[in-house]
Amino acid sequence: MLRLAASFVPSRAVAEEVVQDTWLAMLRGIGSFEGRSSLKTWLFQILVNRARTTGTREQRSTPVVDPARFDGAGGWADPPAEWISAADDLRLAARIRKWIDLLPERQRQVVLLRDVEGLTAADACAVLAVSEENQRVLLHRGRSRLRQLCEDEYREAQ
Amino acid sequence: MKLLRGRDLVCRQAVELMTDYLEGRLSRVERRRFEAHLARCPHCTEYLAQLRETIRLAGQPAAPEELPPQLRDDLIQLYRQWQSE
Repeated sequence: MLRLAASFVPSRAVAEEVVQDTWLAMLRGIGSFEGRSSLKTWLFQILVNRARTTGTREQRSTPVVDPARFDGAGGWADPPAEWISAADDLRLAARIRKWIDLLPERQRQVVLLRDVEGLTAADACAVLAVSEENQRVLLHRGRSRLRQLCEDEYREAQ
Repeated sequence: MKLLRGRDLVCRQAVELMTDYLEGRLSRVERRRFEAHLARCPHCTEYLAQLRETIRLAGQPAAPEELPPQLRDDLIQLYRQWQSE
């Protein structure tokens, strides 16, 4: 199980977690097991599903925060500047509305539907005909970009 | 029972999990790991608060003076028309 999980995720430590998670999921779901496949096949289906999701998550192509802001161990070297209390003075709400228009098209559509219009994830997926996973990746990139722009604006004003 | 044998999350990984966390899409194990990281990392806690603030600000309705004048006039026109019907 561990070797199979490891083929989907970047490190052994993560693979171990996927295996633990799989056993937990199996224990929780054993009541709904319908016996249409062998228990072993079912267990491996859970494992591969979990490993695949975790794998996509951990390997998301471009990081949303500049890697130069972390030290070698992955901790913050250049931590986020605290701009929340300055949001009104910097008129960040108005700026965010303009910045949304500058996001890449698909990120912009997801952010508009989710965060501006307040649609649920399921509704946004239906409107845009994208998978839930894809919707979440786009939302993650869009929101992270907007947060970064707020921080940049704050730093410039200092 | 200690389930988490894997290494602790580092900040670089935590920021990538923020949206999944806010969306409630982390598994139980992942969520526990993420929250354990937040509990000892003020910077990532601040980062999460900033993401929440970004979402809140994005949801604030625009003031009328921010609309392009043409669009504002069209909207007012439309509203009057709708009222008179």
